[in-house]
Amino acid sequence: MNDDQKHHDHDHDHEKKSPQAIRTEALESLLIEKGLLSEHAVDDVIANYAQRVGPMNGALLVARAWTDAEFKQRLLSNATQAIAEYDFQGGQVDHLVVVENTPERHNAVVCTLCSCYPWAVLGLPPKWYKDPAYRSRIVREPRALLAEMGLPLDKKIEIRVWDSSAEVRYMVLPMRPAHTEGMTQDELAALVSRDSMIGVEVLEASSRAGQPS
Amino acid sequence: MDGIHDLGGKHGYGKVDRQAGAPTFAAIWEAKVFAIMMATGAAGAWKSSDQFRHFVEKIEPAAYLSHGYYGRWLGGAETALVEAGLIESEQLSARVEQLGGSGGDLIAARPQLRGQSINRETPSVSRARTAKRDVDAGLFSVGDAVLTSSEVKPGHTRLPAYARNKVGEIVTIHGGWVYPDSNAHGLGEQPKQLYTVKFASSELWGETSQYAEANVSVYLDLFEPYLQSDSVNEC
Repeated sequence: MNDDQKHHDHDHDHEKKSPQAIRTEALESLLIEKGLLSEHAVDDVIANYAQRVGPMNGALLVARAWTDAEFKQRLLSNATQAIAEYDFQGGQVDHLVVVENTPERHNAVVCTLCSCYPWAVLGLPPKWYKDPAYRSRIVREPRALLAEMGLPLDKKIEIRVWDSSAEVRYMVLPMRPAHTEGMTQDELAALVSRDSMIGVEVLEASSRAGQPS
Repeated sequence: MDGIHDLGGKHGYGKVDRQAGAPTFAAIWEAKVFAIMMATGAAGAWKSSDQFRHFVEKIEPAAYLSHGYYGRWLGGAETALVEAGLIESEQLSARVEQLGGSGGDLIAARPQLRGQSINRETPSVSRARTAKRDVDAGLFSVGDAVLTSSEVKPGHTRLPAYARNKVGEIVTIHGGWVYPDSNAHGLGEQPKQLYTVKFASSELWGETSQYAEANVSVYLDLFEPYLQSDSVNEC
């Protein structure tokens, strides 16, 4: 759809554009005229971050860690090095740290000061991760907030909250769900959710578990 | 700066809205803002992510909360472009009006006039791929008790307010990294040692607080200048 066509008539039946959308278009057109923004830049962004870069990359790492003890060891001791062979694009993983969930310990990740997030392995962050409710509460009352988000954790389970305040980026290695023995890495990767790698979800045994793919 | 962006521990923001299945960009303008943010960096309007973060921190507080993430980035990019002299506010407002918007609606940006800006260095397009740098060995070792700074500063910093003047334990030494507090203001990289510091919830929120739980802790990545030896716990 050509957005510009909408502006040429002032038919009030048209949905009104938000001030943000209008100001963005104004800035976009100025930058294109000045040669500072390519006309393809937006399509490139969408192709990259809506399609190529996303949590499927983190899910690959998780599934491999579940099935390859040597890789898991490398991932937990130096994730930056361990993921180098994948050549993931998307940035924001200069220094990646992977923290492991266990039956005794749960990890969750936040950036209270802005919205730091490991783009190359998890894609761009979901809106709730960037919103004030999550950023303000997860450091102060993680057990209550996680329960509210659908993840009740027993009082005995330790909680570690990682606030990404510098250039180190964090990803959670979730626990492997039950009844997934014998599944291939690809099948396992399909079970891994983005939110489990942020640490606000645990993976339940899948109904797909054990079924031929 | 003690800005609206420093949200850790604050009350009043309600429930988390998961919006399961929401697309990466809720509207096309959000993807445009992403592309604009990248392009303004390439054009030299901001020199480092430290500087861009500070441009976002400087947007007007009510706008910070109401305009959403990409609205904040739009404000940050606009501030960066105006302060770098690459566009003029009047030029942008005129274009907004041509497109049927209200030119006076500054959205989120609050650029300082050129000359009053705290960016003292001419922006450059050259940027290193990583902010990791070599520095001499740091002052602290794993297991050391450290006390965080109580200092409130007007500029960019990565010590959140909730962790000021608190005692924590060094758990990881990350080596040298570009120091955001200077780099955001064009005052050079001044790389510093970076540490992961563990804080007990009782230390952050108070021992008698309902938020204090023996097995809940917060881990922060903090630069050496934010830290001093905690003499009370070490004597």
